[in-house]
Amino acid sequence: MFQSILFYWIAFVLVVAALGVISARNPVHSVMFLVLAFVSSAVLWMLLEAEFLAIVLVLVYVGAVMVLFLFVVMMLDINVQRLREGWTRYAPLGIGVALVVILEIAHVVWFKAQGFSMGMAPQPAPADYSNTEALGAVLYTEYVYPLELAAVLLLVAIIAAITLTMRQRPGLKKQNIAKQIAVRAEDRVRLVKMKSEKEQ
Amino acid sequence: MSIGLSHYLLLSAILFSISVAGIFINRKNVIVLLMCIELMLLAVNFNFIAFSHYLGDLSGQIFVFFILTVAAAESAIGLAILILLFRNRASINVEDMDGMRG
Amino acid sequence: MENIYLTIVFAPLLAAIVTGLFGRQIGRAGAHWLTILAVALSCGLSLYVLKGIVADGDPVFNGSVYTWADIDGLHMEVGFLIDRLTALMMAVVSFVSLMVHIYTIGYMRDDPGYQRFFSYISLFTFSMLMLVMSNNFLQLFFGWEAVGLVSYLLIGFWYKRPTAIVANLKAFLVNRVGDFGFILGIAGIYFYTGTLDYSQVFQQAPTLTSQTMQILPGMDWQVLSVICICLFIGAMGKSAQVPLHVWLPDSMEGPTPISALIHAATMVTAGIFMVSRMSPLFELSTTALGFVLVIGAMTAFFMGLLGVVQNDIKRVVAYSTISQLGYMTVALGASAYAAGIFHLTTHAFFKALLFLAAGSVIIAMHHEQDIRKMGGLRKYMPVTYWTAVVGSLALIGFPGFSGFFSKDALIEAVHLSQAPGAGVAYWAILLSVFVTALYTFRLLFLTFHGKERMDRHTREQLKESPLVVTVPLVLLAIPSAIIGWFTIEPLLFGGFFGGSISVLPAQDVLARLGHEFHGPAAFVLHGIKGPAFWLSIAGVGTAWWVYLKNPGLSTKISRRINRLYELLVNKYYFDDFNEKIVAAGGRAVGRILWQIGDEKIIDGGLVNGTANGIGWIANRVRGIQTGYLYHYAFTMIFGFAVLAAWLLLSG
Repeated sequence: MFQSILFYWIAFVLVVAALGVISARNPVHSVMFLVLAFVSSAVLWMLLEAEFLAIVLVLVYVGAVMVLFLFVVMMLDINVQRLREGWTRYAPLGIGVALVVILEIAHVVWFKAQGFSMGMAPQPAPADYSNTEALGAVLYTEYVYPLELAAVLLLVAIIAAITLTMRQRPGLKKQNIAKQIAVRAEDRVRLVKMKSEKEQ
Repeated sequence: MSIGLSHYLLLSAILFSISVAGIFINRKNVIVLLMCIELMLLAVNFNFIAFSHYLGDLSGQIFVFFILTVAAAESAIGLAILILLFRNRASINVEDMDGMRG
Repeated sequence: MENIYLTIVFAPLLAAIVTGLFGRQIGRAGAHWLTILAVALSCGLSLYVLKGIVADGDPVFNGSVYTWADIDGLHMEVGFLIDRLTALMMAVVSFVSLMVHIYTIGYMRDDPGYQRFFSYISLFTFSMLMLVMSNNFLQLFFGWEAVGLVSYLLIGFWYKRPTAIVANLKAFLVNRVGDFGFILGIAGIYFYTGTLDYSQVFQQAPTLTSQTMQILPGMDWQVLSVICICLFIGAMGKSAQVPLHVWLPDSMEGPTPISALIHAATMVTAGIFMVSRMSPLFELSTTALGFVLVIGAMTAFFMGLLGVVQNDIKRVVAYSTISQLGYMTVALGASAYAAGIFHLTTHAFFKALLFLAAGSVIIAMHHEQDIRKMGGLRKYMPVTYWTAVVGSLALIGFPGFSGFFSKDALIEAVHLSQAPGAGVAYWAILLSVFVTALYTFRLLFLTFHGKERMDRHTREQLKESPLVVTVPLVLLAIPSAIIGWFTIEPLLFGGFFGGSISVLPAQDVLARLGHEFHGPAAFVLHGIKGPAFWLSIAGVGTAWWVYLKNPGLSTKISRRINRLYELLVNKYYFDDFNEKIVAAGGRAVGRILWQIGDEKIIDGGLVNGTANGIGWIANRVRGIQTGYLYHYAFTMIFGFAVLAAWLLLSG
């Protein structure tokens, strides 16, 4: 009973937060709503006994990605007014498509999947069960190669993000290490032979 | 009435649809578009976790794990592109970006 | 033995390569000594092989010496099949070739392309030997094409003469038509038997008679007949049978030794040889034999008639060659293969002789070839005259000369044949005897007898040709005169060819003829009583009457039968037909294909049309690509929604 109330309450918050993301005038508010949506989702994931992912969602998403979004939004001087133009023009279309999608998924969930036990909740895990440990056991054995790939992907993403945003200001003085190493004595010093001047 | 799989699936469907509508509504603002995509991925993750729980199979959570990784990478690069774009054109209005016009 | 066969084939090839590539280094004398020695070696060894097989009873050799390629069951091999037929052909080819080599020293003395010429004729000897010694169809085809190539090179030997270039092109093109049929035949053989080896194909031949194929829908054709006729079309090209004979008269543009070697004695007989070699196939198809018979008879008679109106000394002999090839073909059609080969052998000698005699005359006349400007040469060049008389008598089949034996036996064999068309063929070749005598003695009389019609300058310089010319003449005259006495009995009735030619008992006219054969002397006596002899005497008499006794008569006659004369002078309009219908038709088709097929459809429609079409579509479609990110996103989402709906509604 408590779980049901919790679910409905959090789900309501989640939906409201999502609506807020798409309808807020100020992008900063949108980001804040998104943070709310993520946190609510984390709670729901807790209900689903996915503790590790719930924590990761909060730590990584809310803590890192959302802060990044916030930074970007605040850093850029955005002309919000212009961005809001024609807000209502596509709204009916968007809502129509959204409704169609909802109806379709609901159709699948209610009618097409009759044989599947939709309502049956599994046995709750025992008290000493560690979701993190179980996940790790699978992740580092069966999924070790995808894990490595994911690591490489992140590395590539880091390099890509840095390369994209790096900027050389004109007039900035800096070292060219390759040139420094490649330099030879004759590049620096020029020995000139001259006739010594005779004393009068 | 206890909470079943279908509740979660429907919740995820609603979330997904909201973000679809958000893409239509905020079509000009790239930042909000990126946020909508995040929301969409969240909806998908919901499905994975719900199925994982109700089927007793950890693979769903593993998938979510990877999706989070990819999504983080995606938003990092997306924002980097966005910054670059703003630096060059002083705007993030999608309607200003029609360099690919046929 | 294998080394001997290889030496026979490769000695001329080696000589040809050395002479051809290092002609300048070894000089003129080096060129002719090298090639003559090589061909003499071939000739000697060929005679040794012939003796071994005929006199000592050596076994038939059939084996491959080199596997060229082995692709998915298709064995491409170089191999030799040396049986009595091959041995005889080898001896004839290498002997005639040797004579021509020697003769060429004199004939080509002042020609700048001396070494080149020797290289070519040695190469020809190699190719022809490869052709006759082959034990499989692929090598046969190789030899077949190689002699065609050398023939092309030699007809156009004087490549600065436009006529020679046109003639060699014509020879090449007409032979292509024949070769196309030939290779279709070979392909058919491979398709239906799965092998190219003679002995294996012959073994499987009876199974082919029961199979049919549909080339045109609704018409079942017997496979073997189709194959045989295709092969024979190849023979028609190479052996100048109507209607593919048109190249041979023009090929006389080449030097005379070539006319003697290639276009009289050896290459043109390749078709005859090939059909004889394929006798196990042809025997099983009366359709093909009938076809062969009719083509041969037409060629023998109609081409002989053309010889009567020609004025170029070499062309007369050329038409005579075509006519004689027709005789051989008739013999093949009547299943008298041995008679065909016999006539081929004797013909090789006396026709080479006649050509070389004509060449000798041409040398004396300073390369004047028109017989209307000759006459009375007898007293200036006695050796040439007498050898030419021997050759002519052999050609008309005067009793006792070699040509008599082969031709009379051939006519008798056709007379006995029951094959379809044999009756017509018999009359055609019988009448041809008269025609042969007429044109042969017309040539002889106009050249060597009568008034001296040449100009004074030429007349003062007339003299007998040098020894290198006259010695081959004499050497060829001897066999032309007497070879028939010794060879008729073993060759025709003594089972000389043994297993190399197979004839069905029901069609074996020579065996029937053999019952009435009582030695060559009796054959001569019998021949004198026969119609052929009297027809030839009549021909000689007519020639004497018209061209020697009343020199003005021929023009009167030609004026009287104007239509017929026109027809003959224009060679039955074969050339005009080819030029106006075949060639012009080809050009018209080409123009249509070029202007409509290529330029309009392929270039305009497919190549540029595709590009234009895509450009047009792209112009219309480019509006979709707005460049706005959200349009793409919308499209994706729409697509997703539609796909999901479709999935739901369909499942």
